[in-house]
Amino acid sequence: MSDATEPARRQRVTGPRRTAGRSRNMSIRSEIDARTPLGEVYMQSLVRTQLRLAVGVALLVLCTLGTLPLLFWAFPAITRVQVLGVPLPWLVLGLAAYPFLVAVGHFYVGRAERNERAFTDLVGPE
Amino acid sequence: MIPVAGVVAVLLVAAATLAIGAFGLRVARTTSDFYVASRAVGSVANASAISGEYLSAASFLGVAGLVLARGADSLWYPVGWTAGYLILLLFVAAPLRRSGAYTLPDFAHLRVESLPTRRTASALVVLIGFFYLIPQFQGAGLTLTALTGAPSWVGAAVVAVVVLLNVVAGGMRSITLVQAFQYWLKLVALLVPVCFFLLVWQGQGSPGAGRLDVTDWVEPLTGPHALYLTYSLILATFLGTMGLPHVVVRFYTNRDGRAARRTTVAVLGLLSCFYLLPPLYGVLGRVYAFDLVRTGRTDSVVLELPSRVIGGPLGDFFTAVLGAGAFAAFLSTSSGLMVSVAGVVSQDLLSHRLDGVTAFRVAGTLAAVVTLGLTLAASGLAVAHAVELAFAVAASTFCPLLLLGIWWRGLTAPGAMAGLIAGGATSVAAVGATMFGVSAPGFLGAALSQPAALTVPLSFAVMLVGSRLTRAQLPRHLSQTMVRLHAPEQLHLDRGSYHPERATVRRGNRPSTAV
Repeated sequence: MSDATEPARRQRVTGPRRTAGRSRNMSIRSEIDARTPLGEVYMQSLVRTQLRLAVGVALLVLCTLGTLPLLFWAFPAITRVQVLGVPLPWLVLGLAAYPFLVAVGHFYVGRAERNERAFTDLVGPE
Repeated sequence: MIPVAGVVAVLLVAAATLAIGAFGLRVARTTSDFYVASRAVGSVANASAISGEYLSAASFLGVAGLVLARGADSLWYPVGWTAGYLILLLFVAAPLRRSGAYTLPDFAHLRVESLPTRRTASALVVLIGFFYLIPQFQGAGLTLTALTGAPSWVGAAVVAVVVLLNVVAGGMRSITLVQAFQYWLKLVALLVPVCFFLLVWQGQGSPGAGRLDVTDWVEPLTGPHALYLTYSLILATFLGTMGLPHVVVRFYTNRDGRAARRTTVAVLGLLSCFYLLPPLYGVLGRVYAFDLVRTGRTDSVVLELPSRVIGGPLGDFFTAVLGAGAFAAFLSTSSGLMVSVAGVVSQDLLSHRLDGVTAFRVAGTLAAVVTLGLTLAASGLAVAHAVELAFAVAASTFCPLLLLGIWWRGLTAPGAMAGLIAGGATSVAAVGATMFGVSAPGFLGAALSQPAALTVPLSFAVMLVGSRLTRAQLPRHLSQTMVRLHAPEQLHLDRGSYHPERATVRRGNRPSTAV
């Protein structure tokens, strides 16, 4: 058993890179078009991301605007509070609700477009 | 009151509407021009048009009347009608535009690939269209009576004729321009008078403040079943907007899904500006026109205020301005609804016998005549409440179809159909009972007058369970449909071959024969 023979037996053997070539032929776009399991996973990830965003924003509206009747019903004292001479429910429903809705909508559009850009980058532009 | 100013105002609005419509006529040439203006509409014009179409008699006259009569709880109407667009933006706007559907039946057909489901959706569009059109025609009668003393059928007939001329002549293209114009007309018509009224009220040392400090008016949730009624109203308005036939068809005029989202945010802004104003008329009405509550004529408070607050020639002028704005509201909403109803009727009932454009014109004429007849037959109902019933039906049928169809792969044709029928039958029964004056004691009465909180969950449940039971019958092209609904347009993907113009059997699309 001599040390001299060891390096020769460890000689590295290389071959043509078949796997890399194959993945270049089958782009994510064609995976989606061919409805392969991988393509479906990509599509579902987009749908889930967008749905999670939409549900999250809807929950935000539900927990703020949507709980107002319950709040007014449970704590009638709130409805008698006056701000600048205007009763609180009138100020909230007649004025504050609108800029809130516009702001929420604006926030959503920014996020939704960002999700779509990420998907486009992932799947590959033209 | 001098009728001349009012008559002139109404004539001016009608003439302007027809003139802009005639201008649009030159470019309306093909079937798709008639439906959706071929998508060549700019985004500001489009947002104005959507808002102009959406702000109906209920918004212009009805909200002020309800605030005058019922106080704080009525503030949920305008909030709900605005929030409805937010929900539409979150879940529906971009996918619906990407679907390429002109109408709700188109969407149903694309998603579940079943002709019977498509026909069910068509029938519901026509029903909702009529429920929404009747209060518009009623409001027109009421306005013309207040302006000129003419009997109420005259106003309804005027709206029917103007809308018919416009729809039959130019279709959607002319409607888009007309409606963009009418949003701004409506905003200015409410904004300028109310500024004067508030100044006058301040100048007089804010009289009548005592009438504003009545507990059951100024505080919310004071009546029986108030909590149920409020949440039912919230559900109907938040979820019903996406299911209105004239709202959906508008999304096709956006260039792509991204533009559809941006337009919707602009719409949210425009609606928010507008809805700050009607409640002020209700509050001022409490001060200056309290007798309307006793006589049950609260819907005319917007038109009565000028003569009560200012009077004289300036008062007459403002009455005319508000009358013009109100007429703009009836004309724009009625036009949009008429286009949608006529589009669905011509596509699904007449396309076998007539070519596209002729079928559209015949259907428009039919729709106008039928609505006029129904308006004269229906009993008087508060305008805003009648519109809300249409929202309840839309929320109980098309809202589940759109939400589940877009976001849940499991929706099947039998499930969708069962849900549409269950939600449609229960909500239409309740709405019909309310419209024809049936009332029940206790909670049943509350449920009949605002059915959404019960019928919306029912429709969702039936659609979910029905689809689960028939899960073997998933549509054949489901994967391509999901790609079509959700993938950004710039990605070149296989989105299926669906095209609305070729969707129904033998529908003619012959551009050379049109116009």
